[in-house]
Amino acid sequence: MSKPSRIPFYGFVLLLIAAGIAVATWRHMALGTPWLTGEQRPVWMIEARLDFDGLGESAMASLHIPEQPPGFRILTEQAASPGYGFSIVEESGTRRAEWTKREVSGPQTLYFKAQFVPDDSSMEHRPDTEPQPRTEFWEEPEATAVDELLARARDRSSTPESMTRELIRLMQPDSSVQNTTLLVSEGNYLTLLVRMLNHAGIAARTADALRLEDARRRQQLVPFLQIYNGDRWLTFNPRTGEQGVPENLLLWRQGSESLLDVVGGDNSRVSFSMMRQTVPALQLATLEASSNGLGVLGFYQLPIEEQSMFRMLLLLPLGALIVAFMRIVIGIRTSGTFMPVLIAIAFVQTTLVPGLIAFLSVVAIGLLLRGYLSSLNLLLVSRISALIILVIFITAGLSIIGYQMGFNTGMTVTFFPMVIIAWTIERMSILWEEEGAREVLVQGSGSLFVAICAYLVMSAPLAGHLTFNFPELHLVVLGLILLMGQYTGYKLSELHRFTPMKAYD
Amino acid sequence: MDWISPRKLKRLGMLNMNRRNVDYIARYNDRSSYPLVDNKLKTRLVVREYGVTTPKLLQVVRQQHEISHFRQIVEGMPGFAIKPAKGSGGKGITVVTGRENEDYVKASGARVGVSVLERHLTNILAGLYSLAGSPDVAIVESLVQSSPDLARYSHQGVPDIRIVVFQGYPVMAMLRLATTDSDGKANLHQGAVGVGLDIGTGKSLNAVQFNRPATLHPDTGLPLDNIHIDAWEQMLEMASRCYEATGLGYMGVDLVVDANEGPLLLELNARPGLAIQMANGRGLLPRLKNIESLKRPHFSPMERVRYAMSTFAASEGNLQP
Repeated sequence: MSKPSRIPFYGFVLLLIAAGIAVATWRHMALGTPWLTGEQRPVWMIEARLDFDGLGESAMASLHIPEQPPGFRILTEQAASPGYGFSIVEESGTRRAEWTKREVSGPQTLYFKAQFVPDDSSMEHRPDTEPQPRTEFWEEPEATAVDELLARARDRSSTPESMTRELIRLMQPDSSVQNTTLLVSEGNYLTLLVRMLNHAGIAARTADALRLEDARRRQQLVPFLQIYNGDRWLTFNPRTGEQGVPENLLLWRQGSESLLDVVGGDNSRVSFSMMRQTVPALQLATLEASSNGLGVLGFYQLPIEEQSMFRMLLLLPLGALIVAFMRIVIGIRTSGTFMPVLIAIAFVQTTLVPGLIAFLSVVAIGLLLRGYLSSLNLLLVSRISALIILVIFITAGLSIIGYQMGFNTGMTVTFFPMVIIAWTIERMSILWEEEGAREVLVQGSGSLFVAICAYLVMSAPLAGHLTFNFPELHLVVLGLILLMGQYTGYKLSELHRFTPMKAYD
Repeated sequence: MDWISPRKLKRLGMLNMNRRNVDYIARYNDRSSYPLVDNKLKTRLVVREYGVTTPKLLQVVRQQHEISHFRQIVEGMPGFAIKPAKGSGGKGITVVTGRENEDYVKASGARVGVSVLERHLTNILAGLYSLAGSPDVAIVESLVQSSPDLARYSHQGVPDIRIVVFQGYPVMAMLRLATTDSDGKANLHQGAVGVGLDIGTGKSLNAVQFNRPATLHPDTGLPLDNIHIDAWEQMLEMASRCYEATGLGYMGVDLVVDANEGPLLLELNARPGLAIQMANGRGLLPRLKNIESLKRPHFSPMERVRYAMSTFAASEGNLQP
């Protein structure tokens, strides 16, 4: 018989480990799931406050809300408005928050809150239909002045962007152009700019932006100019001609005509408050997962109850890894192959010291009672069944006594798997009869040692974090276990066991 | 705690547990052959066709109600052994050597009533000693009458001979002597003394108990360095024939020498332990590699035994693969 080649096997294991690490890295990059626990990310909490006076009739307030502001992603949205019906409506490419109420009188205040995450990769998508410049009509003498200004700007420019910049520069009061003073009057500057650009064949519109500064209240939106360059909308500061959206600027309104419409009320105003918050990066990733295609590969969309169950289940592979290592490489004898993992799982729920005390007392009392059972000369199945019932009595007794004595930890005994404990007691007892107390001690303490090691690993916050949030890392664990299955070297315990061989060397 | 360096163990050619499991048991032992050795009843049937003799079968207890016949069957027997068919590692084997009034005397000298033995049979049927706890069958065999020159070395019970057979070649052997610690059983981990035997001659080499070297038997006080097994070649051939019977490439063959019937097969083991190396004072690996590297394996048990006796004899000195 020839040795089969191990290369495909090692290739497969390498592939498993590489795949696990690659998917985890991908998840980290795409979803922002942090590697470590406790990482923090900044989030802007912005609150829009609507005030209006009700006229004693039915009212509807409609506020434009951003859909995908450049440089940001929306994390959460919520409205606080007692007594009002609320919904978010999307029509003709704009999103509006709508509050409605049958009868409104007196001053009203409505709130809309949203959290924004800075995200450089967030880009506007292209408009579905190419925006067309509107046709504008001018009366004399403005018509001549506009034409002349546009002609000048066109002379000094080559593209829509440079034309816009030139026009803004010409429109400034300090520029020595006579026609500017003729056209510009208080309050109409931006609309005039938009009209002129449209007249010049460049689609243009206004937008409202919010300057983000920590802990500001009663902020107003700042108007900005946007032109369409044939590919996407570009934002300009209408005073300086500066192009682009600075980092601390959030475009609240773009692409819709009105910011706020109130029917059935007057004296309406909107103001903004903002606050810079830090949110655990993990929470952020969790919240975003639902909106992201990658979230399907995670557990965040499951109901909370199933999530917490998976949290426990996903720790099991780590325990199995520890058991494999302890048995294959170290050579510790345990009673029952995976009994230590189950005990460790119970320890995770009870914490170590109370769990250890509870486990040892249940097993010790169980062994005593088993001694009596063995003298009854019972069939194996009924003996085990009787033992299970006795174990339940013991745990119930310990819980009640512990509770009466004021130790709530006594209750944690119930986390131990009863059937496993019953079998453990049975095995230990037979081991005792056949091989003596020493072997019971060796295997019992071996099992406990492995269980405690597995517990220490499984209860580490990082372990829980990585196994739950990066389930693909289990491929790495699987790979390691497969590798260990090929380990043909000496166990640590064998280095001790074979010491008498020194004499023959 | 004493330690030995892995390099030294490698130089001695010591086979370790992981390597035994991966490179020998998993590779040379076909899973489908396991039931043949894990069930002593099946072992008996299959080896008989190859001329390997086993102790006389008194009763097979398959059902709870058959236990009532047990009393009559063993009534006239001076000694017998109760074994679970699927037991492993000598678990659940009770040896009765005689009677005293109503009680039976176990190999350890302890006296038990017949009800204790019947309960033991019940436990065996329920699967207490079987692998994975599956329901089992109890075998009642007549007691082996050990040949006196061997029996005097053993405190109680019958000395048995473990031979590791690799692809039909007997590669290493040891004599196992029961002690008070082992309760009349010849299992090393229960405290029996293991005496390494020279494959070439059947003479004793070294001895160990509880993994420690021994020169005298702890109970009888007899020196362990000049034991000689009679009919050695016949025993090796018997062990070698078990390879044809079961097809297991790597196994332990346990034999006893009966005063009247000669060598008898006690049981086969698909996962023989590693302590035999310590009893022999040398590792298994060089011998296993020697067999693995054979270009033309020998086909008959006799040829294989001759090859093993000449190649693995202790006088040949340290064997190089």
